[in-house]
Amino acid sequence: MSLPAVDVLSQFLAQQPEPVQRVVDTVTTGEAIAFWVLGPLALAGALGMLFARNAVHSALWLVVTMLSLGVLYMIQQAPFLGFVQIIVYTGAIMMLFLFVLMMVGRDSSDSVVEVIRGQRLAAALLGIGFAVLMVGSVGRALTSVQSKGLAEANTTNGGNVGNIGTKLFTDYLFAFELTSALLITAALGAMILAFVGRDGKPARKTQKELVEERFQEGKRVGSIPGPGVFATANSVATPALLPDGSVSEESLFEVIEATDSSTLSDDLAEVAGTGHQPDSHALKGSES
Amino acid sequence: MTPTYYLLLSALLFSIGAVGVLVRRNAIVVFMCVELMLNAVNLSLVTFARINGSLDGQVMAFFVMVVAAAEVVVGLAIIMSIFRTRRSASVDDSNLLKY
Repeated sequence: MSLPAVDVLSQFLAQQPEPVQRVVDTVTTGEAIAFWVLGPLALAGALGMLFARNAVHSALWLVVTMLSLGVLYMIQQAPFLGFVQIIVYTGAIMMLFLFVLMMVGRDSSDSVVEVIRGQRLAAALLGIGFAVLMVGSVGRALTSVQSKGLAEANTTNGGNVGNIGTKLFTDYLFAFELTSALLITAALGAMILAFVGRDGKPARKTQKELVEERFQEGKRVGSIPGPGVFATANSVATPALLPDGSVSEESLFEVIEATDSSTLSDDLAEVAGTGHQPDSHALKGSES
Repeated sequence: MTPTYYLLLSALLFSIGAVGVLVRRNAIVVFMCVELMLNAVNLSLVTFARINGSLDGQVMAFFVMVVAAAEVVVGLAIIMSIFRTRRSASVDDSNLLKY
């Protein structure tokens, strides 16, 4: 007995990606469309980040750029890097940026004052010059480049991820090991830099210190007796009694002590058992 | 269209990031511009991997991502500790060594 779905799944898992014997890589129309959509989007995100006054807006514009770049990686035959870009960069790093922005620099928008005179103009000229130089030289130098494409590397031997893993653990093993040292150092450094010592605040007193302090002050050590703890009444007007039968002064409620005794005479009589008694027929109304 | 176009996009993004580093005054935004420059370089590495037909470029881009992640963690911690002592995230306010 075998389910058809299991058969299909096992066939799907058993089949290897077929090696493609194509050496020359061509840019398909779909890729060109994707590039002309995502490329301007990435540029718009970068420019938005550059010109946004609010730092949070800058971060969100940068998210746009990074997402577009992730998709560009995917259509450039780097699916693993594309997903890593989306997960690590836009998922982790940019959220870390937003987190720190919310804690630190959200309200500190950029100052308009130029500390160095003419710095912005110089920076803009420098940037434009650099861009023109790079775009011109790259564009002229690489016009006749024939792209080989990754069709073979992405289909044989486990595909893109498998081949990257093989390279990581063979050719780049030493660099990979160094990466672990780097990550540990970064984690330790972040912990040390972000640690807030207890310099400002006095340390909290321990329970033992609190007890000793209380005894040294010479005040009452135990709790104050509550009023009305005896069986006849739980009214605040009823004082607690000490073991010898006398009234505990500390349990007296000062407001009641200050009132005239005649206004409380009913309550006193009830407590003493001489006054009004509960009537079992009272709830029946007038028929009693 | 050839893969060279990706290199041009990468160059433009890199220059925008460089201008941002020079112009912006908020330390966190400056840091984001550095991230943009790293991303631009990653795009060119991926493109070179495709042009050369080998995955070495992608592995290098992977390493760049790892280093960028570590850098962000430490850099943001530094920015936070500076903010804690000087109550400001502006790069202009860290001028105690000026004179």
